[in-house]
Amino acid sequence: MTVLDSKIPEGPVADKWENHKFSMKLVNPNNKRRFEIIVVGTGLAGASAAASLSELGYRVKVFTFHDSPRRAHSIAAQGGINGAKNYTNDGDSVHRLFYDTVKGGDYRSREANVHRLAEVSVNIIDQAAAQGVPFAREYGGLLDNRSFGGAQVSRTFYARGQTGQQLLLGAYQALAKQVAAGAVELHTRTELLDVVLKDGRACGIVTRDLVSGEINSHSGHAVVLATGGYGNVYYLSTNAMACNVTAAWRAHRKGAFFANPCYTQIHPTCIPASDEFQSKLTLMSESLRNDGRIWVPDAFDDGRPPDEIPEGERDYYLERKYPAFGNLVPRDVASRNAKTVVDQGKGVGTIKNGVYLDFAAAIERDGEDVVRAKYGNLFDMYANITGENPYQVPMRIYPAIHYTMGGVWVDYNLMTTIPGCYSIGEANFSDHGANRLGASALMQGLADGYFVLPYTIGDDLAGRLGETVVPTDDPVFVEAEAAVQGQVDRFMSIGGTRSVDWFHRELGKIVWDYIGMERTKEGLEKALSEIPALEEEFWKDLRLPGSTATLNSSLEKAGRVADFFELAKLMARDALDREESCGGHFRAEHQTEEGEAQRDDDNFAHVAAWEWNGADSVQTRHQEELVFDNVALTQRSYK
Amino acid sequence: MSKELNLTLQVWRQDGPDDSGQFETYKAENISEDMSFLELLDIINEDLVENGQVPIEFDHDCREGICGTCSLMINGQAHGHAKATTTCQLHMRKFNDGDTIVVEPFRARAFPVVRDLVVDRSSFDRIIEAGGYISVNTGAASDANLTPVPKEAADTSFDAAACIGCGACVAACPNSAAQLFTSAKLAHLNLIPQGQAQRFERTESMVETMESFFGSCTNHGECHEACPKEISLDFIAFMNRDYVKAKVKNRKLAGQR
Repeated sequence: MTVLDSKIPEGPVADKWENHKFSMKLVNPNNKRRFEIIVVGTGLAGASAAASLSELGYRVKVFTFHDSPRRAHSIAAQGGINGAKNYTNDGDSVHRLFYDTVKGGDYRSREANVHRLAEVSVNIIDQAAAQGVPFAREYGGLLDNRSFGGAQVSRTFYARGQTGQQLLLGAYQALAKQVAAGAVELHTRTELLDVVLKDGRACGIVTRDLVSGEINSHSGHAVVLATGGYGNVYYLSTNAMACNVTAAWRAHRKGAFFANPCYTQIHPTCIPASDEFQSKLTLMSESLRNDGRIWVPDAFDDGRPPDEIPEGERDYYLERKYPAFGNLVPRDVASRNAKTVVDQGKGVGTIKNGVYLDFAAAIERDGEDVVRAKYGNLFDMYANITGENPYQVPMRIYPAIHYTMGGVWVDYNLMTTIPGCYSIGEANFSDHGANRLGASALMQGLADGYFVLPYTIGDDLAGRLGETVVPTDDPVFVEAEAAVQGQVDRFMSIGGTRSVDWFHRELGKIVWDYIGMERTKEGLEKALSEIPALEEEFWKDLRLPGSTATLNSSLEKAGRVADFFELAKLMARDALDREESCGGHFRAEHQTEEGEAQRDDDNFAHVAAWEWNGADSVQTRHQEELVFDNVALTQRSYK
Repeated sequence: MSKELNLTLQVWRQDGPDDSGQFETYKAENISEDMSFLELLDIINEDLVENGQVPIEFDHDCREGICGTCSLMINGQAHGHAKATTTCQLHMRKFNDGDTIVVEPFRARAFPVVRDLVVDRSSFDRIIEAGGYISVNTGAASDANLTPVPKEAADTSFDAAACIGCGACVAACPNSAAQLFTSAKLAHLNLIPQGQAQRFERTESMVETMESFFGSCTNHGECHEACPKEISLDFIAFMNRDYVKAKVKNRKLAGQR
């Protein structure tokens, strides 16, 4: 028996959200100001939620570890945002976006959530356009769309290669309006270090002021975690340097189940690492695959520069293997195929760790100006980082960790297993199943923040009218603050020899090697012995210079890396227990004859949600069965 | 094999806003030319930690040139000497073996030093809060295609919206003026139909908030030269025009009082 109640409403999938909106309890407009809501994180999900909740009249406190809400890493998303507008008259619909997302997620997401996501996708586009988000337009002044990341309709709205930046600025500006009105209390350079519960319900958080080092408590009627994904567990990823799992993980330790941690997404079009010192990987929008052709030399260890390799000696392996989709196959398929050819010794570049993405054909067909208009900023970025000119020499690309589909388990209302604690955006596990489609991350973050949470949070709060917040001198806060202080003191007293970055880098190598693009039973078991060993060393040999009473980024990182160690172990366990391949989780033991992910729907069409049992015990695995009434489960084929 | 550099760095160290601060000298050896400037600082910090010293604090996050978190005056230039480049995208191939590089925080009264190379740029947030938005509550929007936006207006608006809010314009300006930052947001919103209703109220409020924190513009143009996103000086002229119009239009007539 499962302890998980997904609270999916009854009725046909297309009516569930409408019916649910009507059946939910409402908080009277005048009573909303009697509720305080804590929002942690100011990316697309957090900023949009905080702005929307505050517009409704709730009192909102917002926390970010950045110096400004506008810095959140949503800002780096390039490609676009999906919306089922069918402006292009090519047959798109809410149902098609729903279907594509469930299929793209390799049938490991909840139908009801995904349908709701597709429904509100159209409202997001309207909202963002009204905010002044400068989406690309046709000469008639109407919005332009493109096909993106494997979609067979053009439903992606974009703002040059900076869609995430512009959408985030829209949400940030909406938030700034509320801050100026005194309706939102904004705390910058402040990091969540614990979620506090009273009588089993979330009642607030403990934070550390990153500038003064002060540890403080904040109470509220509800806590919303919008703190992003955990891709930095790999050390090298396309995430920003400060992205971390800490808020989600500390909530997990307090009772929030953590779902499907092994579902991580590799992005196929990143710039390959050039050396050991590399601090992060840079993603280039996969819209590049619309016009770029991916190839490697036919010969192993071909040392010739690309322009000296004749057409007949090149292997356009995606076009060859998947004639219908070609270079536009989904991300996981594109990524694994790149790994296959590089592992075969056909990699290109000085350290043979990439494949070519070639624009010669597009430039010949459309001219350099057209290519520059579409991808100019991406080409400039590539040239700047590599010192090579992609108009003349093919780009080199290789997959990198980019997004994490797993995260905090939430029910249909986006509430975690801690009553009163919600999780939205990439931080939760909800809508992408085992694999996220391109241009769907921005959509989900904004759907949760603008159009889902503002409704669902009221349903719970309505029944709590008159309840006062727990004062921050209550023993539950005092104890939580002491625990946070205890961890800070413990870090400072280790007095070892190695930097926190060193441990992070070593951890990242293990996670990438064994819980990366391809997993095996043997490798995962290895990870489960190597990670704890390194973790033990971390707690014995960490060196943290500096003070706790000033800005100390090593201290900040130490807390985050400590949580990554615990998460990495859970990822390995989750990957080990999921004896199938699906989406971003590829177990080498489970593949079709063609080398595609081989699902086991009879035994694994469920969400694995892990319950914390204390630092010394292994988490308990719970299952939420997934029911597919509207989409037939098929083996994905992109031939 | 890529080229390697041996460098001397003079880095500003300051314990906090009230400390006077001073330069410290660090050697960096065998630095690959493929490394970014922030990766160079990472390496210096690793060495410092290894020797039990306190690492240098500097702001950074995305390392893709889009979040606007990184800063630094490098040899007296905001984000260094390379054009249209943030510090995180400044690669060591732009330097020569044997160089001495001076690294300071962005300096402006409105950007007080927090620690070492980290400054407080929250005055930028105050400018946005003063009107850098279009008031449209969630849910109130009509269909996106009901409001056509001429492509030229949309494109120019985007050129302005590309600002990343890093503050290089202020750091480069001899007057520590924030005209380029403020005008970029104003042009983003004032050029498009959606932004018209609040155009003049927005302009007056943002300009006056800006003036409460920052110096005045005297047309040096250093802001544009330093801007990693090459925001055009034309937007400042556009802002000034709108500000004058705003002062007239926002004057309440007798009947409105």
